[in-house]
Amino acid sequence: MNETRKTQLMETLLPPIVALLVAIVVGDLLILTFGQSPAAVYKLLLDGTWGNAYGIGQVLYKATTLTFTGLAVALGIRAGLFNIGGEGQLAAGGFVAALIGLALPAATPAIFAAILCTLGAAAGGGAVGAVPGYLRARFGAHEVITTIMLNFVVLALLGWIVSAKIHVPESLHTPEIHTGAVTRLSDIMPVFHGSAANLTLLVALATAAAVSWYLFRTRRGYELRAVGLQPDAAEYGGVDVASVRWRALAISGALAGMGGINFVLGYKRYYEEGFATGAGFLGIAVALVGRNSPSGIVIAALLFATLSQGGLAVNALVPKQMVDVLQAVVILAVATAVPAVRQSIRSAAKDVARSLAKQTPLEAPTAEVSK
Amino acid sequence: MTPPSMPNAADAPVAVRMSEIVKTFGDVVANRGASLEVKRGEIHAIVGENGAGKSTLMRILSGMYGNDGGRVEVRVVKGEVGRGDEGLRDVTGWNTAEAIEAGVGMVHQHFMLVPPLTVAENVVLGREPKRGMTIDRRAAEQSVAELSARSGLVVPATAKVADLSVGEAQRVEILKALYRGAKILILDEPTAVLSPPEVTQLWDVLRKLRADGGTIILITHKLDEVMDVSDAITVMRAGETVARLRTSETTPRDIARAMVGRDVALALDAAGSAPSRASAPNGAALLELRNVRVDSPRRRGVVNDVSLTVAAGEIVGIAGVEGNGQTELIEAIAGLTPLASGEIRIAGQDASRLTVRERGDAGLSHVPEDRHRRGLVLDYSIADNLILGQQHHFTRDAQLNIARINDHARRRVAEFDIRPPNPHLPARSLSGGNQQKVVIAREMGRDFKVLLAAQPTRGVDVGAIEFIHERLRRSRAAGKAVLLVSADLAEVLALSDRIAVMYGGRIVAVLPRSDASAEVLGPYMTGAAGTVTQAGVA
Amino acid sequence: MIALAFLAQTLRIAIPYLFAGAGGVMSERSGLIALTLEGYMLGGAFGAAVGALATGSPLLGAITGMIFGGLLALLYAVSALKFKANQVVTGVAINLLVVGLTRFFLRLLYDSSSNSPRVPGFGRAESGGGFAALAINPLVWLGLLALVVIGWLLARTAFGLRVRAVGEHPEAAASVGVNVARTRYIAVILSGMLASLGGVYLTLDQHQFTDQMTAGRGFIALAATIFGRWEPKRVAIACLLFAAAETLQIQLQGTQAIPSQFIEMIPYVLTIIALAGVVGKAVQPAALGREESA
Repeated sequence: MNETRKTQLMETLLPPIVALLVAIVVGDLLILTFGQSPAAVYKLLLDGTWGNAYGIGQVLYKATTLTFTGLAVALGIRAGLFNIGGEGQLAAGGFVAALIGLALPAATPAIFAAILCTLGAAAGGGAVGAVPGYLRARFGAHEVITTIMLNFVVLALLGWIVSAKIHVPESLHTPEIHTGAVTRLSDIMPVFHGSAANLTLLVALATAAAVSWYLFRTRRGYELRAVGLQPDAAEYGGVDVASVRWRALAISGALAGMGGINFVLGYKRYYEEGFATGAGFLGIAVALVGRNSPSGIVIAALLFATLSQGGLAVNALVPKQMVDVLQAVVILAVATAVPAVRQSIRSAAKDVARSLAKQTPLEAPTAEVSK
Repeated sequence: MTPPSMPNAADAPVAVRMSEIVKTFGDVVANRGASLEVKRGEIHAIVGENGAGKSTLMRILSGMYGNDGGRVEVRVVKGEVGRGDEGLRDVTGWNTAEAIEAGVGMVHQHFMLVPPLTVAENVVLGREPKRGMTIDRRAAEQSVAELSARSGLVVPATAKVADLSVGEAQRVEILKALYRGAKILILDEPTAVLSPPEVTQLWDVLRKLRADGGTIILITHKLDEVMDVSDAITVMRAGETVARLRTSETTPRDIARAMVGRDVALALDAAGSAPSRASAPNGAALLELRNVRVDSPRRRGVVNDVSLTVAAGEIVGIAGVEGNGQTELIEAIAGLTPLASGEIRIAGQDASRLTVRERGDAGLSHVPEDRHRRGLVLDYSIADNLILGQQHHFTRDAQLNIARINDHARRRVAEFDIRPPNPHLPARSLSGGNQQKVVIAREMGRDFKVLLAAQPTRGVDVGAIEFIHERLRRSRAAGKAVLLVSADLAEVLALSDRIAVMYGGRIVAVLPRSDASAEVLGPYMTGAAGTVTQAGVA
Repeated sequence: MIALAFLAQTLRIAIPYLFAGAGGVMSERSGLIALTLEGYMLGGAFGAAVGALATGSPLLGAITGMIFGGLLALLYAVSALKFKANQVVTGVAINLLVVGLTRFFLRLLYDSSSNSPRVPGFGRAESGGGFAALAINPLVWLGLLALVVIGWLLARTAFGLRVRAVGEHPEAAASVGVNVARTRYIAVILSGMLASLGGVYLTLDQHQFTDQMTAGRGFIALAATIFGRWEPKRVAIACLLFAAAETLQIQLQGTQAIPSQFIEMIPYVLTIIALAGVVGKAVQPAALGREESA
């Protein structure tokens, strides 16, 4: 019993530990390649992120978007599905939010407008996620391929609408929204002046809590996780597996879509092409390191946001591209090392289970009747 | 139990000798000192009930499994056959490649064929004839044709395996072994998937191979087949070898007795009288099946025209060799497989089109045959598993009622003696018996009218078997209708009021317990008696 | 003349797809998802620049690019086969890794965040975009041959038969003594080297490496692989089809006929439709992406 708890704890801590160790080793190598001192670079990285209010604000801003895309990926994985279309869903969400912000009269109370925009963002992302969900449920089309292909379709479509219909001349963005802007952190605490952090981060935290509640406290969450773990057992338990999958991808898309308000309502106050770039794939990293648990995801989002903001901070000494490498290495290392280590943690118990599962187990036909 | 010595007969040299073989999987012992001796040039049948350890023993011989104890010796044949009487080589612990090299080939129950490849490609895979850089297709097809002609295994060499019938696919499997020069051919329940004419053809092929000097080992539990085709028989029970017989000197009755075991037969007679007294079911019909047909993607009529009624206060047992439609029948009743035609009524209500959940709410409980795949979400806690299928009754608004789930779990864990008694442990961490108790507790701990119990004691320890049997009897006493499916005939006989036998997707016999015995049921189970006997109340 | 120019441009655009499509077929037929094509291509493109700039020889540049692609594929294979890491996650990570590494080393080696210095290519730059320029570029011929050779390899050779077998039913292949892991390692490394040539072609054709110059071409090649139902001949046709659509888009630029974005979508929309089984069921290799099957 104690043993199980210990195993669980080790499994939870493993991904972030592996991530940090590998990031430090590879980071050192890259820094040395560039002829700099790792200690100096790391100091600069920390100073530029958690060392001052602006840096903290930027980290919080980036972590907010990553929390949404990380939650999106994690919810999919909990249902046994891989949503790698986060980027397109995020863009679609931001776009719909901007459209609503543009459509509403300027006199609409900001709080009301912001809520409408947020719901619109969720609907936009959800619609994009529902397509692969439907294709999976109806035709069995694999969601990995359909989500990634749909990314390109959605981005091209949005690109066309923006460039052909509603862009501000000489730019790739829409006009500013009339209403629905989310308060910047710097408006409340001037110390954050200049940083993009805004109250969307509270929405992100609330969403993480809501996802946690949905997954672990509701019947639908119970059924969703059962489908992800053992679809045959879920089916036996009266769960309509196809519609759970469909619903899961739609919700996953909606979560990613909501992330769009961070940029559109909180930061620039318009939709701009390319704002979502990379955030979808990083969501996979965040979910992976956060072990698909909402609280883990918030922490992992902070980690990856620190890395990406830190890249800018250290650019004077080493190219900021170093952090692109580090992020990728972290994903690769966690994906590769964690299953291996976890397997060795569990191996004893698993061996037995596997041999039992494979075998037609031996019966003891004589036992009962010969007593 | 020491195996009886081999009755003297054929004085051909020994081709295979396995002695004192022990093999365990985790805490399950599959072979406990099993032995086998096969003469060259004979067709040797290995018979025994499900789980007697036959397949495991043969997988050890073919190099798929290593054994934990005992010795494996094989007369290694290279080039031409025969080489005097000595020359048995100790091959204990060899691997598949070495076994193939030495001329030992195995045809598995689940085919090892690549469906999109052609017959010829499947046959030569891993040993391709080459011409320059490419595969010599003509040579490959020629080899297949020659082997086909020599063995009588006719298959179109250029057809895709995906397009073949099951019988043809099996021929490809045998051809694969022959292409690799197999002199000792092991077939694991080859007739399970074949139609009667295909079975006849297979026997012709095996006899031909024997005439060519081949040695054949056949795993089966159909006694008519054993009498038909084999020269010698090894009977296994509970991981041990219990008899070695010459086919010409024995009768199906003797074999059946050896398979089931004398002590069991005696115990059955004693137990038989007690429950069957209550057998005249006076309760209302709670489960009614009318002309039920189920189709699988591969075969039409996996369950064919099955009609059966289970009344309140009655256990109806379905006996039969596995793979004769029992699984599909149970899944169809549970709502996991659609009906092709026919009708299912639960407690008087037409349930043919209801969902799994609606059937559950109509009073159907289901202990599924595969708890690892269906019955449990292994990574869920005991408490969460105890509500699987009932989750919609454990909510308050949209939320799960955690307090009720935990309370429910505590009570079930205590009542059904699930150990360790901690509802928060993952089901994966429990022993097989306790995992099954979780399933039983969930399905029998609630209000239900009809219980489907499929292989309820498979892979569980003795204590749990007793416990589960007691629970099933109590359900009957409480006026429930129980439909029991078990591959273990002794279990069916020990619990049922009436016994139906399934063979080839049909119910071929329904007998009251008082008329049933291993001897009576055997011919129906093995297809030796084809006519439907509608005795008792059907 | 216009038709000829159209054909020449289509061909020019198709060559990277044909290389990467060949890589996609090789990898996926052996059972490993080819999300990494984009990364192999970008790695190959960068390798070509590094090799050609260091030696002055486009041939050595091409070889360097192939080595880069092969190494990336080896990394993928080790993660997926030896460590049984999730192929989707690993694939995404490798793509990101290549973007990061090429950017980092672009700064380190050439002190630029956008592009490399001018890279020598095959033939003369002044020969323009017509058939003449294509004909003297050996990579064009190789690209045209790539899927033909892969088709032959898969259909006719023992290695190809084994690749098909391990991608469909690894247990069956193993049961007759085929070394499943080795077959897959070879197939994946071959896939990386083939796809990287697509990137090599881009660098040598454009005479420089630019940041993220593959711009999603690896995913178009993946789309072609799936749309072509993993059959080399059909995949080649899909590559040409997608390239023709792109050429059309370029030719139509300026006219308002069809917005370019809609033509950009064609490969992806077709692939989604193909996956939904609307234009004939796309039957993927049965063991594709299975983690435990290695």
